[in-house]
Amino acid sequence: MTKISMTVNGKSVSAEAEGRTLLSGFLREGLGLTGTHVGCDTSQCGACVVHVNGKPVKSCTVFAHDVAGANVTTIEGMANADGSLGVVQQAFQDHHGLQCGFCTPGMVMSSAALLAENPKPTETEVREYLEGNICRCTGYHNIVKAVLAASGQSVAAE
Amino acid sequence: MYNFEFVKPASIAEATAALESDGAQALSGGQTLLPTMKQRLAAPDVLVSLTGIAEMQGVCLGDVGLHIGAATPHAVVAREAAAHYPALAKLAGGIGDPAVRNRGTIGGSVANNDPAACYPSAVLASGATVVTNRRRIAADDYFQGLFTTALEEGEFITQVLFPIPQKAAYVKFNQPASRFALAAVFVAKFADGVRVAVTGASNGGVFRWAEAEAALSANFSADALAGLSVDADDMISDLHGTAAYRANLVKVLTGRAVSAA
Repeated sequence: MTKISMTVNGKSVSAEAEGRTLLSGFLREGLGLTGTHVGCDTSQCGACVVHVNGKPVKSCTVFAHDVAGANVTTIEGMANADGSLGVVQQAFQDHHGLQCGFCTPGMVMSSAALLAENPKPTETEVREYLEGNICRCTGYHNIVKAVLAASGQSVAAE
Repeated sequence: MYNFEFVKPASIAEATAALESDGAQALSGGQTLLPTMKQRLAAPDVLVSLTGIAEMQGVCLGDVGLHIGAATPHAVVAREAAAHYPALAKLAGGIGDPAVRNRGTIGGSVANNDPAACYPSAVLASGATVVTNRRRIAADDYFQGLFTTALEEGEFITQVLFPIPQKAAYVKFNQPASRFALAAVFVAKFADGVRVAVTGASNGGVFRWAEAEAALSANFSADALAGLSVDADDMISDLHGTAAYRANLVKVLTGRAVSAA
């Protein structure tokens, strides 16, 4: 076990970890940030997506030691400073972009990354960007709607 | 997965030294190696991360053409190669999904030589040079079959040097679950001839389709392929497609790539 330090949601943190500790495990077990979900643990489903230095990655397929020193943002870092929901989170709530909610942390993180790269995506671009995020409730239509709404584009009423 | 010692050298020289120890394994973006280790199909004693080596990062123009550091993630190649080698940039931007493209690297893909990976076809069709911590290897000598390359124990890729063709295109028939190629073809037209590399289709991994290269060098048009057929004997056959299906797909995709180039 050696100590790893990084910045998570704007705070400097450190915890002991083995070589094999995954970033997902470091966040959940090392730091208690259980908002990052581990679905498949094989980098297929995207429930574990977090941002490393601003870029979305699958935290179940990154060693914590490999991102020591990095700036990491998790779903816990997406709310506004006053605790109210961030823009993407609020859009998911408004448009019912979740059913069971298990995939939602990853969906929100991937969607936020898309909007940072491409502030006004088309529906096709949203669907392509979310290819690596799987919703087992198959709630894709409302997820796509939520992302378009979060980008400030008008979406069809329910 | 089994535990290991994690080391992250800052230079090629340090990484070379670290990889000399018994049971050491190089790690690049880890998008294949981590799942492999989780399944206990790999269990290194020491894992040497190559992602902290500045001299192995980035895309630039050089003597050969486009020089890409081996630890450059796919997303960076997709962005930075676009102005210089659009077919290569498009290939990089179609690997896996956005999160995978932010971690997976060109060096990792080429070192692993998965028979359905995208990058080996670009390296082979471009006649690229694979630069390692020890030597330079021509693409034609580098790929040696399924998951097999010219890399020796302790050797790792530091850079891939791509000559830039006059025209090129990569057309991939996506396996939608894995987002690997069910079959894919990279066509590159140079002043001295055309090179055609096929991935995803053969049990032997990436290969050049010599008959198509000859026909396209004489006449760079999809019509030039009309009389050709691909031998299905050594093609991959699985629940997604039979050998005959893949053999036909190779011809169809080659035609599409020529039209798109």
